[in-house]
Amino acid sequence: MSPLSLAYLALACALASGVLSLGADRYASLLRYGSTILLGAAGLAAVGAGGWSLLHESRHADQLLLGLPWLKWHVRLDPLSGFFFVVVGLLVAAVSLYAPGYLREFAHRQNIHSRAALGVATALFVLGMLLVLLADDAFVFMIAWELMSVSSYFLVAYQHQHAPNRRAAFLYLLMAHVGGLAILLGFGVLAAFGGGFTFEAMRAANLSAAWASIAFALVFFGFGMKAGMVPLHAWLPEAHPAAPSHISALMSGVMLKVAIYGLVRLTYDLIGDIQWQWGVAVLVLGTASTLLGVLYALMQHDLKRLLAYHSVENIGIILMGLGLSMIFISNGKPVLGVLGLVAALYHTLNHALFKGLLFLGAGAVAHACGENDLNNMGGLIRRMPQTAVFFLVGCLAISGLPPLNGFVSEWLTFQTALQAPALASGVLRALIPIAAAVLALSAALAAACFVKVYGVAFLGQPRGRRVGHAHEVDIGMRAAMGLLALLCLVFGVLPTFFIDAIDGIPRMLLGITPPSATAGGWLWLTPVSPRVASYSAPLVFAGVVLIGGLVFLLLRVRRKNIRRGYPWDCGFGALNARMQYTATSFSMPIRRVFAPVWDIEEEIEETKHANQPFRPAAIRHQLHVQDKSWPRLYEPIGRLVLAAARRIGLIQTGSIHTYLAYSFFTLLLLLWVVT
Amino acid sequence: MTAWLLGVLQTLLFVVSAPLLAGWIKRVKCHMQNRAAPALWQPYRDLAKLLRKRVVLAEHASWVFRATPFIVFGATILAAAVVPLVLAQHPAAAVADVIVLVGFLALARFFTALAGMDIGTAFGGMGSSREMMIGALAEPVMLMAVFTLSMTASTTNLSEAVGYTLNGGLVLRPSFVFALLGLMMVAVAETGRIPVDNPATHLELTMVHEAMILEYSGRHLALIEWAAQIKLMVYMVLIANIFLPWGIATELTAQAAALGVTAIGAKLALLGVLLILWETVMAKMRLFRVPQFLGFAFLLSLLGMLTHVVLETGG
Repeated sequence: MSPLSLAYLALACALASGVLSLGADRYASLLRYGSTILLGAAGLAAVGAGGWSLLHESRHADQLLLGLPWLKWHVRLDPLSGFFFVVVGLLVAAVSLYAPGYLREFAHRQNIHSRAALGVATALFVLGMLLVLLADDAFVFMIAWELMSVSSYFLVAYQHQHAPNRRAAFLYLLMAHVGGLAILLGFGVLAAFGGGFTFEAMRAANLSAAWASIAFALVFFGFGMKAGMVPLHAWLPEAHPAAPSHISALMSGVMLKVAIYGLVRLTYDLIGDIQWQWGVAVLVLGTASTLLGVLYALMQHDLKRLLAYHSVENIGIILMGLGLSMIFISNGKPVLGVLGLVAALYHTLNHALFKGLLFLGAGAVAHACGENDLNNMGGLIRRMPQTAVFFLVGCLAISGLPPLNGFVSEWLTFQTALQAPALASGVLRALIPIAAAVLALSAALAAACFVKVYGVAFLGQPRGRRVGHAHEVDIGMRAAMGLLALLCLVFGVLPTFFIDAIDGIPRMLLGITPPSATAGGWLWLTPVSPRVASYSAPLVFAGVVLIGGLVFLLLRVRRKNIRRGYPWDCGFGALNARMQYTATSFSMPIRRVFAPVWDIEEEIEETKHANQPFRPAAIRHQLHVQDKSWPRLYEPIGRLVLAAARRIGLIQTGSIHTYLAYSFFTLLLLLWVVT
Repeated sequence: MTAWLLGVLQTLLFVVSAPLLAGWIKRVKCHMQNRAAPALWQPYRDLAKLLRKRVVLAEHASWVFRATPFIVFGATILAAAVVPLVLAQHPAAAVADVIVLVGFLALARFFTALAGMDIGTAFGGMGSSREMMIGALAEPVMLMAVFTLSMTASTTNLSEAVGYTLNGGLVLRPSFVFALLGLMMVAVAETGRIPVDNPATHLELTMVHEAMILEYSGRHLALIEWAAQIKLMVYMVLIANIFLPWGIATELTAQAAALGVTAIGAKLALLGVLLILWETVMAKMRLFRVPQFLGFAFLLSLLGMLTHVVLETGG
């Protein structure tokens, strides 16, 4: 028994889940129980395999009896893939706990066409992701990558009766393939120099600096597109909300992370010699993604779209960590580079947990009240008390507040950025703190955004009748959310254990043993040295519990000491739910402050009473806020493609004679070339 | 162990003396504006009165609303617990550095804003929305100012930073001057003082912080008010002890501690007078002038950072 055989077990379970789902159209419960249980088993096996490999820092390589005659499939499980196995496995396990309850209602409400299609695509999607992580040659990698992309295309297009979903799915497929093409070309460069498709050969390849930069630019473009980096993020807020919620959780929580895996694998492991310009590019684009992601998210009032934009933000934070790490490594400070890498990887794990939790929560809300629009929600904390607690944990974690997990990884990223004085270049020393300030701004804006989400959806009064009659979701769904919420707390309070385990990855990639960030014992997280910075999450948590509990016990308000009364209404009479702040009005001050970031169309029409010029009879207000990347980047490219197609179309006359002539002349030309 | 015990004592001193500072500020303000001043310990009387009173709770209030005062109070005490007040070597400073301190204050703000949204009145939502906007703009300025300092001292540990400034002697660092100005402006914005917000107003449309806590009463209100006083003191002690740490006790003798208490008392009294001077000559701004105010503060902190990078590090 080795980690690799456990990993095979995970793959086999995923595959079996897909096969079993084939019968789901006839036997409905097959999907809900059979295939989700197998999927859960796959998730657990993946966590086991990954954790084992990570803790023992073992590397297991193998060849499968599949593939081309001269190129067997190479697979390998090392600490880096092991880490991502854990990330994928944890979320897949939670999702499979959640899926039965969700699917029952979903099938009931959406009148779905084919359960089999859903089950098979989900299983293949998980299989594809796991196989990408295992791949040890470019051939398997690309096949698995495409399997992941295409199966998730079917999941996005699953509710294809709605036109926007079809459009989102097409856009996703298109961009996934443009990105895939770039990755393929990047592998091409590496394979040409290395003389083979295996990662072993690519590692040994001796690239000139220019070719290495070209390869890096290609893979950064390709993986950046899949990860949803600004400005290549356009597909993400369209595609993620279109899929069923548990699939959105998988896509946002782990599929983006698989792209991060690809970037780390190719840059650190296969290409090797990192140049500082790459680090600057990653840092700048990461910073831009962080800020723009959160600003776009703030303007959304569709819960799932908002969460999807937050994925752009968090991918930005991960990229900032990677960029810093690459800058430090290329400047001969590998120890600090390790710190950045660890920060990025820890945020990868944390983001998977809290974003999975939030998407599952959004699914629960949609499930309970049939709404995705925040402006119709309200007061859910009374209808769904447990979901409300779990969702609050997710909101605190994503806003980067202590003592939860999001804070730890953001803190590590800040600490990495603060080591900028170690660099020789003055430009970099000035650039990095500015990036850190942008990260601070984004974290604060994310907090504002989640006050909005939680305040509008869960607090206050219900804004619609269906929301007022919402009900708590079933035990499986609550258990899945509870599990993720608990993990968010555990990873926030006991970070030292997990960071210790991650340390094996830089040891493998960079061949250096970093001074452990946990040298001071499990209580203390000291990334550089205890003098420079320390954070003791367990003590902070103990302090929170102790002080909060003590004050609560001393000053608890007993029931008899409370009088319930009406809230203050300025003496004008009954307040109603329409008077509350909505998501749109909540974000209005920020919309005004950062106005140049969006394309805002606002229209106010006032109809006045005939004889009372100062008293409006009715006011119509229309607001449309759009992502600027569409008019600035995508539409021009689209127009360019159309124009080019029209030019090329000129040679298509529609007459068979002309086409025969084309074939004839092409043949002649080729014959001439050959001879 | 003694060090930890002293740390706890210092935190207690911090928490207990925060209302005194608030009383002092109120008194100076009244004198400055030719009004009859309340007694110095009026804030204690107010807190005692509120703690005794019965709580009136809005009918729709959920547990978030009832838990918020405790969370806010707890988070603010934790923030106070990591700031060196009298003793420079403070063991709790290693538990949470200055970034965590900002995190504690952000946690308190997050819950206050949620409580504002909980009742479902327009005021609460308005206050929360404005507070989060101001907070989002103020937090990067605060961190930028602090980063200037921690890059100079190459530490984010507050005790170490104080020690660095003490050992450095009286050197005029241009970067510190900029960072100090930026931090002072943030402190004004974050603690809801004029010109950003007015703690004394109950004029409905200009409230920010007061609008969020409008529905609180009794003990809940007492905790929130006390937390606000502690928060003001945290900012003032930060400014006093990081930039001008002289007088702080570096050794554990009664004499040094007495000197430390006197020194921080004098510094805070002086800063209070400065704050009131500023509040008296300024008028409250319109809400949408606040981003310009904070933008200017950001510019100052950025200048501080750049001065540090360009002038003060070789290479």
